[in-house]
Amino acid sequence: MDSLKQYIDLYKANSAVIDSHSAPVMNALRADACEFLSTGRFPTRKDEGFQTTSINDLFAPDYGVNINRVNIPVDVADSFRCDIPNVSSLLALVVNDRYVATRQLLNNLPEGVTVTSLAAAARQNPELVSRYYGKIAPADNVNVALNNLLAQDGVFIHIARGVTLEKPLQLVNIFAGADNLAAFRRVLIVAETNSAVNILICDHTQDRAAKYLSSEVIEVHLADGASVGLYGMEESSATTSRYMQLFVHQERNSTLSTASSTLLNGVTRNDFNVTLAGENATAKLAGMVIADGKSHVDNNSNVVHDAPHCHSDQLFKYLLDGESSGAFEGSIVVNPDAPFSEGYQSNHNILASDKARMHSHPRLLIFNDEVKCSHGATTGQLSQDAIFYMQTRGIPEDQARRLLMQAFMSDAIDTIRVEAIRDRLRHLVERRLTGEDLLCSECSSDCHK
Amino acid sequence: MNKDILLHVENLHAGIEGKEILKGINLTIRPGEVHAIMGPNGSGKSTLSSVLAGNPAFTVTEGTATFHGLDLLSLSPEDRSHEGLFLSFQYPVEIPGVSMVNFMRAAINAKRKYFHEEPLSAGDFLKLMRQKRAVVELDNKLASRSVNEGFSGGEKKRNEIFQMAMLEPRLSILDETDSGLDIDALRIVSEGVNRLKSKDNATIVITHYQRLLDYIKPDFVHVLYKGRIVRSAGPELALELEERGYDWIKQEIDEK
Repeated sequence: MDSLKQYIDLYKANSAVIDSHSAPVMNALRADACEFLSTGRFPTRKDEGFQTTSINDLFAPDYGVNINRVNIPVDVADSFRCDIPNVSSLLALVVNDRYVATRQLLNNLPEGVTVTSLAAAARQNPELVSRYYGKIAPADNVNVALNNLLAQDGVFIHIARGVTLEKPLQLVNIFAGADNLAAFRRVLIVAETNSAVNILICDHTQDRAAKYLSSEVIEVHLADGASVGLYGMEESSATTSRYMQLFVHQERNSTLSTASSTLLNGVTRNDFNVTLAGENATAKLAGMVIADGKSHVDNNSNVVHDAPHCHSDQLFKYLLDGESSGAFEGSIVVNPDAPFSEGYQSNHNILASDKARMHSHPRLLIFNDEVKCSHGATTGQLSQDAIFYMQTRGIPEDQARRLLMQAFMSDAIDTIRVEAIRDRLRHLVERRLTGEDLLCSECSSDCHK
Repeated sequence: MNKDILLHVENLHAGIEGKEILKGINLTIRPGEVHAIMGPNGSGKSTLSSVLAGNPAFTVTEGTATFHGLDLLSLSPEDRSHEGLFLSFQYPVEIPGVSMVNFMRAAINAKRKYFHEEPLSAGDFLKLMRQKRAVVELDNKLASRSVNEGFSGGEKKRNEIFQMAMLEPRLSILDETDSGLDIDALRIVSEGVNRLKSKDNATIVITHYQRLLDYIKPDFVHVLYKGRIVRSAGPELALELEERGYDWIKQEIDEK
C-alpha cells in the first residue's frame, strides 16, 4: 500500500486553508513539493538505508492532521511533567505542531537571540528566513518534501553575529489529545558568524491512549566560527512513532556537537545529515539508545566532508533489552575537494536479552588520499568478569549490571558540552535502568510556569 | 560447630566445563591465623579461591564449606562478601566508566543494607575512603578514576588491599597478590595486609614463591598439588620449598 497518497490528497483538499495559516516563505515550497511527491513514494525495507524501518509503514495508519489549527487544549503547567528541571528557564513548547512560548522565555531572551514561531518569523522577516528555510534540507527527499508540503508552522531560532547564549535553550515537543495524530514539525536554527548556542530538544507524549506520529525536519546553519550544541532526548511512549531528519550546513571554523538519546519510544527513525562545507569545521555526533519491549530505534548518519581540514567524530551506543531492535547505518563521505579530512565513527552495542536485535552498518566513501578515517562496531554482552568482580565486593548482581550499563553510556553522555544536561541525562539513564517511570512526579522545576 | 573455626572445607570437589580440578580439599582456618597455600602451576590454587568466592564459572560437585557456621556454598557471591569473605584477585578487573568512588559506595552501602543499616552519608563515606587509602598509600587520583582502568600492576594490587580495608573482611584470600609487583609495591601491599590483621580475622595467602611470605608471615603452609592438599606444616615448609622446589613433593605423590 502506498501511504503517501493520503497526505497528498489531504494537501490538495486543504491547500488554501494551509496557506492561510502559514507564511508566504513557507507556502512558496508547497507547489514544487506536491509536484515532486506525485511521482514519489515512501521508502520501504527494500530500499537501501531503510532495511530495518519502513517509512511507508510508519505513515500508513490513519492519523489525523490538525489542518485547521484547532487548539487542542493542553494544560501545560499541569500536564507537562518536566524531566529536565533546572536546565533552562529559556523554554519553548511545541504542542503537537503548535508553537507555544513561555513567559519566562519572552522575559529572559537576551538581545541578539530570537526564538519564535517559524511562520511569524517568516512573515516578519521573509528575507532572512527564506535564505535558509528549505535550503539546507534537500527538496528531493520524500520526507522533506512532505514536510515542505504540510508544515504550517515551526520554531525559528536565530543567534546574531558574535552573540553567545550562556544558558541552554530548551524546546519541548509534546503530544497531547485523545485522537490519533500526525504532527509535521519544523525547526530552523541559524547561528550567525562567531555565535554560540546550546539547544536541548525533548520529545514527550502526554497521552498514552492514542497513536502519534512525529515527522520533524530540523535545519541548522552554522556560519563561520559558529558553535552549536544540539541535544535531543526522546522519552515518548510505545504508541509514538517518529521520523526526525536533521540537516546541518557548516561553514568555516564552525563547531557542531550533537547527541541524540532515545530513552523511551515506539518506533523511531533519526537521520543525521551534516555537511562540512567550510575549512576546519568540526562535527561531533553522538547517539545513545536504551530500548526494551518491542520498540525500534534506527539511527542513520551521513557526514559529508566537502572542504579541507575538517574533523568529524561519531559515537553511537545501544543498550537493547526485551524484544527491541536497533539499527545504525553510519556514513562518512570524503569528497575530492576535502583533503586532510579526519573522520571517525564507532558504534557499540549491548544486547541484554536473547531476543534483542542489532543491525550495524558502517559505510565509508572516501574519494581522497589525504585522509585519516576509521570506523568500528562491536555488539556483545555485559562482561561476566566485571559482574563477578563487583559481586565479590558485595554489589548485588542486578545493581552490578545496572552500573555497567550506566558506565557503557558514559562516554556518549560525556560528549555533551553542557554540564546540567549531562547530569540530567545520567540521572535519567539511571532511573530508566532501575525501571522507574521516567515522568517526573517529584519535579520541582519552575520551567513550565 | 566449633565457634572458633572460621572456615571449614571438607572434601571439596569442583571443576569447570566438566573437568574436575579440585579433588577433595580439606582445610580448617581459625581466627587470627595466616595460611599460605603454595603449589606448582595448574595445581588448583586459583580454582580454590574462585570457588570459595562463588565464581559461577565453576561447579562444585562434592563436599562442603562452612563459613562461621554458614553454608558458604549456598550463598551468592555478594552475600559471601557481606558475611566477611574477601578475594583479592590475581588479575583485578578493569571497569571503564564506573568510578572507584561509586563502586566503593555501592559496595559499602550494599553491605550496610544487608545488615539493615542506613546508607553512609556522603561525608562519612569520603572520610572512610581517605582513612583506608592511607593503609596502602593509594593516591587520591586513583580513587577518582574508573575501577582499575589504566592502573599499573602495582596500583591494581594496592587497590585490592584498599578495598579489603574498606570492607573489613573476616577472611581474606589473597590470590597471587605478589605477581607483577616490584619490591616497593610488595612491601606496601604486605604492610597493608599486616596492618589489617587482627585476632578476629584470618588470611589465606596463595602464592608460588616464598618471597611474599618474608613479609606476610604464615602460621601454616599447605602445598596444593593435583587438586589436593598434599602436605601441611609450619612456615619452615615454605623455606624448604624455596630451596628444593616442588619436584620432590611431586615425586613423592606421583609414586604413591
